[in-house]
Amino acid sequence: MKSAVIVFPGINRERDMARALKLISGRAPAMLWHADRELPPGTDLVVIPGGFSYGDYLRCGAIAARAPIMDAVRAFAQKGGLVLAVCNGFQIVCEAGLLPGVLMRNAQLRFICRDVYLRVERSDTPFTRGYNAGQVIRVPVAHGEGNYIADGETIARLEGEGRVLFRYASPDGMVDPNWNHNGAMNGIAGIINDRGNVLGMMPHPENHVEAAMGRTDGRGLFAGLVDHFKLAA
Amino acid sequence: MISNEPAITPELIAEHGLKPDEYERLIKLIGRAPSFTELGIFSAMWNEHCSYKSSKIHLRTLPTKAPWVIQGPGENAGIIDIGYGQAVVFKMESHNHPSYIEPYQGAATGVGGILRDVFTMGARPIACLNALSFGDPNHPKTRALVGGVVAGIGGYGNSFGVPTVGGEVRFHRRYDGNCLVNAMAVGLADADKIFYSAASGIGMPVVYLGSKTGRDGIHGASMASAEFGADAEEKRPTVQVGDPFSEKLLLEACLEIMAKGCVIAIQDMGAAGLTCSAVEMGAKGDLGVTLDLDKVPCRETGMSAYEMMLSESQERMLMVLKPEKEKEAEAIFRKWGLDFAVVGETTPTRHFIVKHGGAVMADLPIKELGDEAPVYDRPFVETPKQPVIDAASVKPPMPIADALEKLIGLPDLCSKRWVWEQYDHVILGNTVQRPGGDSAVVRVNDGPKALALTSDVTPRYCEADPFEGGKQAVAEAWRNLTAVGARPLALTDNLNFGNPERPEIMGQLVGCIGGIGEAARALDFPIVSGNVSLYNETNGQAILPTPTIGGVGLVDEFTKSMTLAFKATNEAILLIGDTRGWLGQSLYLRDICGHEEGAPPPVDLATEKRNGDFVRGLIRDGLASAVHDISDGGLLVALAEMAMASGIGAVLEAPPGVPAHAFWFGEDQGRYVMTVRSDAVADVIRLAELGLVPIRRLGATGGRVLAIAGERPLPVEDLKGRFEAWLPSYIAGEA
Repeated sequence: MKSAVIVFPGINRERDMARALKLISGRAPAMLWHADRELPPGTDLVVIPGGFSYGDYLRCGAIAARAPIMDAVRAFAQKGGLVLAVCNGFQIVCEAGLLPGVLMRNAQLRFICRDVYLRVERSDTPFTRGYNAGQVIRVPVAHGEGNYIADGETIARLEGEGRVLFRYASPDGMVDPNWNHNGAMNGIAGIINDRGNVLGMMPHPENHVEAAMGRTDGRGLFAGLVDHFKLAA
Repeated sequence: MISNEPAITPELIAEHGLKPDEYERLIKLIGRAPSFTELGIFSAMWNEHCSYKSSKIHLRTLPTKAPWVIQGPGENAGIIDIGYGQAVVFKMESHNHPSYIEPYQGAATGVGGILRDVFTMGARPIACLNALSFGDPNHPKTRALVGGVVAGIGGYGNSFGVPTVGGEVRFHRRYDGNCLVNAMAVGLADADKIFYSAASGIGMPVVYLGSKTGRDGIHGASMASAEFGADAEEKRPTVQVGDPFSEKLLLEACLEIMAKGCVIAIQDMGAAGLTCSAVEMGAKGDLGVTLDLDKVPCRETGMSAYEMMLSESQERMLMVLKPEKEKEAEAIFRKWGLDFAVVGETTPTRHFIVKHGGAVMADLPIKELGDEAPVYDRPFVETPKQPVIDAASVKPPMPIADALEKLIGLPDLCSKRWVWEQYDHVILGNTVQRPGGDSAVVRVNDGPKALALTSDVTPRYCEADPFEGGKQAVAEAWRNLTAVGARPLALTDNLNFGNPERPEIMGQLVGCIGGIGEAARALDFPIVSGNVSLYNETNGQAILPTPTIGGVGLVDEFTKSMTLAFKATNEAILLIGDTRGWLGQSLYLRDICGHEEGAPPPVDLATEKRNGDFVRGLIRDGLASAVHDISDGGLLVALAEMAMASGIGAVLEAPPGVPAHAFWFGEDQGRYVMTVRSDAVADVIRLAELGLVPIRRLGATGGRVLAIAGERPLPVEDLKGRFEAWLPSYIAGEA
């Protein structure tokens, strides 16, 4: 799996992401700068990692969505290329129009860093084939603006088309406001576009990939992607 | 502000914080009256914050050397060798005064400043800690200060991208008028690629890097060198504004030019900005520096030389560049969108010359600016000793179980989750032990090594007996590192006190430094960096003496670091160390009995070392399954924390001989509580006896309650509820 990690000024989880990709796919990703205009030829997966692109000084992700490299990312997605956008990445792809909706301030108006439980809603996508549908995984979140909101029609469409891949849940998999730390509608933690090739999610699977560090719940996402490209090859 | 240089009057001199005799000294040094810009430069260099004039002669007594120390105090940060060519760069620094005036920006720029101190030496920051002291929770300012400071620390560190993994939070009425924000940063560098601030070579370009200079923070260092009166809030313009986004860019750009071999010397612009950085680089290198202020990138027009020299705008660096690398270095800074301007050069004259608009605005002898700063041997009186309190004379006002329930729900002992959840503590993917344990543990790159990090001090002990309190702060840091299985290597000290011109405050400072030095020598735990914050005083009321100790230890294999949570049922619970039931200055005495009094628990350093080395050995040999140091609140609080971290209960019995409340809540030093598999108990006890280490079996893990002999059983879930409740409800205005 050849992956490319997009680095905007202020992005700060690119090293975490690169480590996870290298560890699980065996191949270090290409690191691209915001001012670049092209993806390396043969790129399988584009990853937009977390951080505070351009300081998040306008609206989270709004400036990055207009950076030169994003034209290449849009073209890549239009051709069906897989895009994984995590945390600030999720905010960026929403701002770029690749996913619907918006990430608002957390309902408690505070930045929150903690492990959360996610219910994996489907296992028949390239992003979730490493999990079973209904499986509960534990991964960290670290954000101040992760409260997913969209209009009623959009939410109905997302739900109707099975485009919610991850939902905040209790350890036994129940969607429950007490286990939804940021107030996201329907407990939405991660969604895909209508074509199913762009995933945006707030939690950080890349921070739970090493057994020696305690938890490996995030590994399935990357391992599933590796499998997906192996089968495709 | 001031565009034409005003005349130098006694009032102006006083406004610059220079005493009449200090001004005389200045005149003698330069042989004439200073210009206004020069007066500003002197006030910046000679204030307490930059010159350490009240503490210097005492700080010199501290042990700073060990075979593993690469750099002790005197540089931007201390450096220790952790083997295999790796070095750890770290320091703790206060941002107390600004945080009280403007909590969010004050705390944020405190984090920014300490991060720059670390990466200016060529290290990539890998962790931050924060020690915070606030006033009485019921004081009208406290709630907003807690919210603002925590948000500011998070706002800066989270955006910069460094995990904030540990620290401490305390409340006491003596911090009502002066909160303390002590930020510690830890970075990792190659031991052979460390960058220092001493300039070398004549005619080398002096380069300005980073953000532009504005009018913020002018006189910040002087403000931090005076006590507050009723006008504290009027000082808001002296507080800088942080920009973590620029700092992250500055980090990457600096590390890149360092890797490309462009840098001769580099110094961040912190307190007293351009003045302090230029003077230090020149003075340390025995060279002069000439600056042309017309070349300094400015955020606003019409800034005077005085303003530029004293601005504390953030996210700036000054560098002496290898001239042949100018194009390459500039291209790197442009790529990161940062300013890069050659603003001066090194000279052989040992003069610090500042030009602006074609005129020479300052021409001062550079060595004297720093080295000839006044040094005071201020008069001090020793703190009177307090009586030792006999435990038997303290009547327990409530049953043990009730006291435990109350203690763990109080501001000082309750869970600080509300605070550390606002800090990204998992970024970089190396956090082995998150906040809430004895020390945070952070893996070094991909391992196997890890660093253990902690910050500690018990101000009420320091107040009652500065020398013992100073010893205890060092011993507790050493103990916390030991409890996770680390070898303590070195410490940074952040000394927060009141007005040193008062002999009793000076007595606290001298006493604490003496105690810190004695403990550091005995425990082979040298001081490699530090910061002194004096004048933490409002309307004559000083803070509790608070010498915060930031400790760094090394764990050889990160997968073997020890945690405090009970691991399984039916394990033996063992107490290491002697328990006399010391209630003087204990939280039990203060918060349960309502008396803040007595001598604090003494620290026997030989015992401390023996007990700690024993515990570390057990961890190394895989004999301990959980370890926790015993500190604030005593043994039973430590046991409750182990239970709450795991959900597993325990059956416990106090031995005869010591009154039960003193046994469970006394704060005797040099102690640990641990669990051991039942088949290993006999071995562990035998090893302890061989090593003359006091050991006692207290009971066993199991069930879902803390069952203390003779007391009502306490469900662990209930304890946890109380432990977690106070801080969130306080912030919500409900407590």
